[in-house]
Amino acid sequence: MSRVLPWAGLALLLALPLSGIGNYPLHLVIMCLLWSYVYTSWSIMGRLGLVSFGHGAFLGIGAYAVVMLWNHFGVSPWLGALAGIALSVLVALVIGFPCFRFKIVGHYFALVTLALSEVTRLIIVALRDQTGGSLGATPNTALAQGATGSLAAVQFSSKIVWFYAIVAFWLAALWVWQRVDRSMTRLALEAISQEEDAAASIGINVTKSKLFVTLVSAVMTSVGGVLYAQYQLYVNPETVSGIGISLQMVFGVIAGGMYVMLGPTVGAVFTLLLAEGLRLALGEHFKQFPALDLAIYGMLLVLFIIYMPKGILGAALEAWRRRKAGRAPG
Amino acid sequence: MLAVRNLSAGYGSFQALFGVSLEVNAGESVAVIGPNGAGKSTLLRAISKLIELKDGEVTMEGRSLKGVPAHEVIAHGISQVPENRRLFARLTVEENLKMGAFLPAARAKYHQRLAFVYSLFPRLQERRAQLAGTLSGGEQQMCAIGRALMSGPKLLLLDEPSAGLAPVIVQSIFELVRRICHEGYTVLIVEQNIRQVLKVVDRAYLLETGRIKTSGAAAELLASDAIRRTYLGL
Amino acid sequence: MEVFDIFLLEAVVNGILLGGLLALLSLGLNLIFGVIDVVWICYAEVIMIGMYAVYALHVQLGWPLVAAMAAGVAMVAAFGALMHQFVIRPVLSAEPINQLLVTGGMLFFLQAAATLAFGIEFKNLGVKLPPIALGEMSFSLPRIIAFVVALAGVAATYLFLTRSYLGTAIRAISQDRQIMPLMGVDANRIFVVTSALGGALAGLGACLLVLQYDIHPAIGLSFGPITFLICVLGGLGNMLGGLVAAFIFAQFISVGGFFFHIEWGYVIAFAFFIVVMFWRPQGILGGK
Repeated sequence: MSRVLPWAGLALLLALPLSGIGNYPLHLVIMCLLWSYVYTSWSIMGRLGLVSFGHGAFLGIGAYAVVMLWNHFGVSPWLGALAGIALSVLVALVIGFPCFRFKIVGHYFALVTLALSEVTRLIIVALRDQTGGSLGATPNTALAQGATGSLAAVQFSSKIVWFYAIVAFWLAALWVWQRVDRSMTRLALEAISQEEDAAASIGINVTKSKLFVTLVSAVMTSVGGVLYAQYQLYVNPETVSGIGISLQMVFGVIAGGMYVMLGPTVGAVFTLLLAEGLRLALGEHFKQFPALDLAIYGMLLVLFIIYMPKGILGAALEAWRRRKAGRAPG
Repeated sequence: MLAVRNLSAGYGSFQALFGVSLEVNAGESVAVIGPNGAGKSTLLRAISKLIELKDGEVTMEGRSLKGVPAHEVIAHGISQVPENRRLFARLTVEENLKMGAFLPAARAKYHQRLAFVYSLFPRLQERRAQLAGTLSGGEQQMCAIGRALMSGPKLLLLDEPSAGLAPVIVQSIFELVRRICHEGYTVLIVEQNIRQVLKVVDRAYLLETGRIKTSGAAAELLASDAIRRTYLGL
Repeated sequence: MEVFDIFLLEAVVNGILLGGLLALLSLGLNLIFGVIDVVWICYAEVIMIGMYAVYALHVQLGWPLVAAMAAGVAMVAAFGALMHQFVIRPVLSAEPINQLLVTGGMLFFLQAAATLAFGIEFKNLGVKLPPIALGEMSFSLPRIIAFVVALAGVAATYLFLTRSYLGTAIRAISQDRQIMPLMGVDANRIFVVTSALGGALAGLGACLLVLQYDIHPAIGLSFGPITFLICVLGGLGNMLGGLVAAFIFAQFISVGGFFFHIEWGYVIAFAFFIVVMFWRPQGILGGK
């Protein structure tokens, strides 16, 4: 029974746009899935002890690369995405290699990556003539009057197309998560996180393993930035880069559960539902209480770390496992 | 003065002491001897409440230490010189001694006590403004003992005072211990260096793998065959 | 050529003035980390609520400025102590990442609480002080005051840590936490006092900042990361290193901002930080 459940759930999800739900709810689901994708990409690094507070850099690079190259040079977003990925890889290598080589870990690593996301944001703002600075930027529309979509320009007016596209990426991220989870790299990195010198002594190339995971995570996050830019058709340095979004990524994963495949997804859903739920509940009054969702979010996060460090899904799974063990004979 | 009854303690799921009982009377000097890993340091840590007891009781002058948090043990008159000295390396000698008198009651008598410690250890007075981390091994041990004396304790616990020190220094350390005993302090000392410590104390307990195997007057133990064969290689 | 030099000199002096303020900010953070081994990711946000406290007392309730500032410092000190007791203490024995995250959660919470209480418009203290002219250079009086007070704060903290009993205990506990009970010291009490002191330093920084800048719930993001980088640059937990790093950083920001646009000054400073990290990961004066 429990094996059928995920597939049934997936089938339901895929059938969703055909059920005739409105545009706004569909948009919410798409955003859920998009952020689930991004959070999952982050967690590939995070769960192996490489907690980065700088993934806003990769997200921002991906988002701005496509928009800037398209707007200024007419370069197709497909190539723009490649450029964004290449730049993200470069940045990940330049930061990652010395960090791992010199064993910069823990607090120091967190603060170095934090610097990274802030530098990215500041550069985007500093280049305000090209990027539009804090006001953000919009990719020029490629859709002539009446057209519904352009594959070459990766712009679609129909949310249904985007829905399936992003579901595909989300599933791909889960697949990568699984593969990394099962690979030698993961075993190596867990050994490393316990005893780095011991791991090195049995031939595990610590730096190489860490770099590999970092690159995978950076590339995936960068693609997330591309998807965001092309779907929302608006980018802004605060939303796609900087410490704010970087922290949100970390929190989303922690809230959902960092060590479980669907944990980041649960975290993304939770975050979005919280914001939307409050908006519905407060209705008119929401305007009077701006940022209430963030206040509750922040408070809940503090409580989570203290009382439920395994996250919602992690804690739920553990409770379920314990009950199962209780019911088993012997 | 100090009574330990049926004490069991350990670290997490690992048990190091099994039902240990001993007592120290006022004015006595008592040693707990035994091989490496016997649980000697664990015993002192349990008495000072640095680790929780799994079972048993410690009473000081008839008052039980049950439920007393670690930082209140010193107020009961028990002061410990921890293993490896554990001085504050980046504080001066005098600042280390100052920390020994942190208790309000001790702070009131700070200058008296400081003068007393300096009279016991003139070398410390010479080096009072020096960073404790730059002292020699023997001087560090003096400083650590001095720090423990600053609170005016009734019972002084010494955790392997000779550990990590050159043999020449070890001699002088045991001289110090003898002097402290002569000053009238009640001392419980835990040591691996059996021959030296038995020459200095009144009584001793032998601790092996977490259990008291035997006890008696120091001179007797020193002469006993069992000890001589197993521990002194004679 | 003459004019060019004088304004460069002005930038350098401004850099020194800024350095003093950044030194004060980094002191609080370094103190907390050096003693308790926790980084308050929300440190800048704690400063922000100090700024709002001064604003609320002076502008909204009409208190005299100095009284509002004194109360502001006290309030932030109390907040620091409370935050340690209820938010940080429960996770002290958990992994460091949990401590980072719990203070990160506070970051969001404080930003949001400030938004709820004061809205997103920029608020200003409304204190106008005339600039001080020195030849062709002109310096803002609040900035000079901030420099002097900041240095006084640093000196006072130094004296407290070296001369007082409690200060000695704070230095001791940062060197060996485990044996503190043997001397009758309740480690948690010391941590709460340290957190209150860190809060007081943040509160003092808030008073100095609110004289010069507008307040906004997100301003923490503009000087928070800088403060972290200064601390790491100087060796996380090393108070003297933080001071040195603060002045270096401030020069990069001020002079870099003089030659290019102000943001590039920050970018250069950050790039400098990353370079130093690879050359000497433990920080310029670090060695922990």
